[in-house]
Amino acid sequence: MSSPLKPLPVWADVALIPLLNVAAAFLISGLVVLAIGEDPIEAVRLLIVGALGDLEGIGFTLYYATSFIFTGLAVAVCFHAGLFNIGVEGQAYVAGLGAALACLTLGFLPGYTLVVVAILAAAVFGAAFAAIPGYLQAKRDSHIVITTIMFNYIASALMGYLLVNVLRVPGQMNAETRQFPPGGIVPQFHVLLKPLGIVWPDTPFNLSFLLALVCAAGVWALIWRTRLGFEIRTVGANASAAVYGGISPARVTIITTLLSGALSGGLAVNIILGEEHRLILEYTAGFGFVGIAVALMGRAHPVGIILAAILFGMLYQGGAELAFDKPKISRDMIIVIQGLVVLFAGALEHLFRRPVATLLARRTAHPPI
Amino acid sequence: MAKAADSGAAIAIELIGVDKSFGAVHANKHVNLQVQRGVIHGIVGENGAGKSTLMSILYGFYEADAGEIRINGEPVRIRSSREAISHGIGMVHQHFMLVPPLSVLENVMLGAEGGPLLARGAAATRRELARLAREYALEVDPDAIVGDLSVGLQQRVEILKALVRGAEILVLDEPTAVLTPSEADQLFDMLRVLKSQNKTILFITHKLREIMSLTDRVSVMRRGEMVATLETARTSPPELADAMVGRKVILKVDKGEAHPGKVVLEARGVTVRDDRGVVRVDNVSFSLREGEILGVAGVAGNGQSELLEALAGIRPLTAGEIWIDGAQRPAALQNPQGMRKLGVGHVPEDRHRVGLVMPFEACESAMLGFHRDPVYGAGFFFDRSAIVADEAAKMEAFDIRPRAPLLKTANFSGGNQQKIVLAREIERNPKVILVGQPTRGVDIGAIEFIHKRIVAMRDAGKAVLLVSVELDEIFALSDRILVLCAGRVTGERRPDETDAQDLGLLMAGVGERAA
Repeated sequence: MSSPLKPLPVWADVALIPLLNVAAAFLISGLVVLAIGEDPIEAVRLLIVGALGDLEGIGFTLYYATSFIFTGLAVAVCFHAGLFNIGVEGQAYVAGLGAALACLTLGFLPGYTLVVVAILAAAVFGAAFAAIPGYLQAKRDSHIVITTIMFNYIASALMGYLLVNVLRVPGQMNAETRQFPPGGIVPQFHVLLKPLGIVWPDTPFNLSFLLALVCAAGVWALIWRTRLGFEIRTVGANASAAVYGGISPARVTIITTLLSGALSGGLAVNIILGEEHRLILEYTAGFGFVGIAVALMGRAHPVGIILAAILFGMLYQGGAELAFDKPKISRDMIIVIQGLVVLFAGALEHLFRRPVATLLARRTAHPPI
Repeated sequence: MAKAADSGAAIAIELIGVDKSFGAVHANKHVNLQVQRGVIHGIVGENGAGKSTLMSILYGFYEADAGEIRINGEPVRIRSSREAISHGIGMVHQHFMLVPPLSVLENVMLGAEGGPLLARGAAATRRELARLAREYALEVDPDAIVGDLSVGLQQRVEILKALVRGAEILVLDEPTAVLTPSEADQLFDMLRVLKSQNKTILFITHKLREIMSLTDRVSVMRRGEMVATLETARTSPPELADAMVGRKVILKVDKGEAHPGKVVLEARGVTVRDDRGVVRVDNVSFSLREGEILGVAGVAGNGQSELLEALAGIRPLTAGEIWIDGAQRPAALQNPQGMRKLGVGHVPEDRHRVGLVMPFEACESAMLGFHRDPVYGAGFFFDRSAIVADEAAKMEAFDIRPRAPLLKTANFSGGNQQKIVLAREIERNPKVILVGQPTRGVDIGAIEFIHKRIVAMRDAGKAVLLVSVELDEIFALSDRILVLCAGRVTGERRPDETDAQDLGLLMAGVGERAA
């Protein structure tokens, strides 16, 4: 029988532990690099230079980070209610359908009102697709982990069908829609900055990044400064206390999954409206799943999620450069590192907790209150 | 060093100075116990007296902080259930440790398969079961699926599991709690047969009737201490009840005459079933007047918790009605929020699990249930300064230490956590306040403060319903006492016309039913 853990100081909990987890993930990744006969130090150098070495790298890094902020927030909102939404991938995919339908059918809307409507449509479609697992969890006690995993497959099959049979441009081989009208596009920074005389290389980095930051601030305010957030956290921390406090866990579960689905729509805004300007098959490419790692690493706090999202953005961008320079290291290496981060930040979250707690307890003579 | 020469008086188990604390809770205080071989030895005590902790130490679930265990005179260290089994100790848990879809044979073999291939172990276990069936009349079809068996037979499988592993000492933790009366009688017959074969049986219960009809010797635990060990034949239920409940110095609470006014809360035939459909509150009726404290006494687990939850709107009624201010509670308000609207405050029994949210700041825990009130912010957003100021004022009024509204709830001591709950409920000025176990795990200073506050509520004309398993507390605070046993009201007394022994008998249900 081991003694219960002493509470850690806040700084250790939010900064030191995640840092140690990431460091461990990188250490093991380094061993893998070593094992395939490359120099890990050189690999890290290439990765960082590729991600942050020039404005182009930074643009791509932040573009990827934008996606991860949205999906990380989507997962994190559910974490606060004690729910594990693994379906962000599918919800974002269906959200893409919402954005595309708006752009393809409402092209008559003036100016940028189309893009606003398309963003809202993405949120609504994402939320609607999340609503079903949310309802099943709240009313039927069907575990959301299971249902959302299954719903990812449903999303994939549904979208595949629609893109191949319904939305595809006749005569085209690619399973994708036609290009959106200009009013349905989220402007990219290099386009916006040109009239101001600032030259930014041509990257997909677009205004969705600001929307992501606004969403992060909004999630923070919602969770910690509103009644709904209070109810979400109460249900997540102690469902019995929630019932005692007159809070309906079923209602909170449904609302939270709706919010989560709407946030996952941000992925469609960044990729579909911000870069591709058309809906393409399997556009989500696993970004929804990476959101789980981002939320875990960011400890479900918006600030942590932004930092984790930027780290993953660096991994994606730097990893692509690394794979280009070192053919022995394929892009799969990034998936290995991701997997290790999930392993250390999620599954082995408490690996360093006890040693750190013991170390700190030894250093601080008197316990906190 | 041969300690036990004479097998007639041989000591099978000896506990010397066993001590165990969980944080601030001192669960076992220097417990000494001797159990002779080949007897049925009962251990009685109220829930929370430390019986289960003691048995868990004996079975290796916990390790004692201090003290010694001797099995057949040999000092032993038991660090796991595996070690307990190797010393011949078998445990029959209150909640069976069986795998329902497996057969009896498979369940008995589980963890003692005797190798990677099952056939040989299965044949050996089958022979062993046949032998046990012959010798102890413990017959169960080895190929029956456990999930299909009655609860009584499942318990028999648990006993067989222990015997197959060579148990000489059997520990049964509240074994009759799940049995029908006839199944309990069969269990007793079984235990007598085992005793005749020189097995030692430790039988834990809080039912005096079972102690009297089954055991040879009985030990009484109270508040973590072993207070008496008696020959069953030379004791009586009243003596045991007395020892269980104790004649502690009654806490003094300054309180004048009650001046009860009109009835504000009335329960009429309230019946509550738990999640498994078992009746926990059985046709309970009472009325509560303003300006009085009605104490509900009973051994823990006899329906008080469910009654409290039903009154607070958390648990639905199976039958019966609740009337407030002379009107039946409308169906739309049969929920915690509705009861708050009707002016019924509730201090739940379990502040950790129900009353507070431990990871929250104190000021957040302090608005649970009232968080929709506009004083905490008029619109969608909270007014943080109002929330913090509100809790700061309550901390001042209730002397909650430290005065830190932003400190995490979990970092307050038990007494101060309880004061956070009390402040939240009392400061809302309810008409009726339901109070469950107000001083459980609370230090003496806070107990006095909390008691004074409860009496002050009464004197301010509020109706107070107090549920407590602490008889002292019931005596010190109540103007009337209601006793519950097995979900039924077994009596109502005034504190000045009863004593601990009388209440103890009502609580144990003695004389209530002859069987």
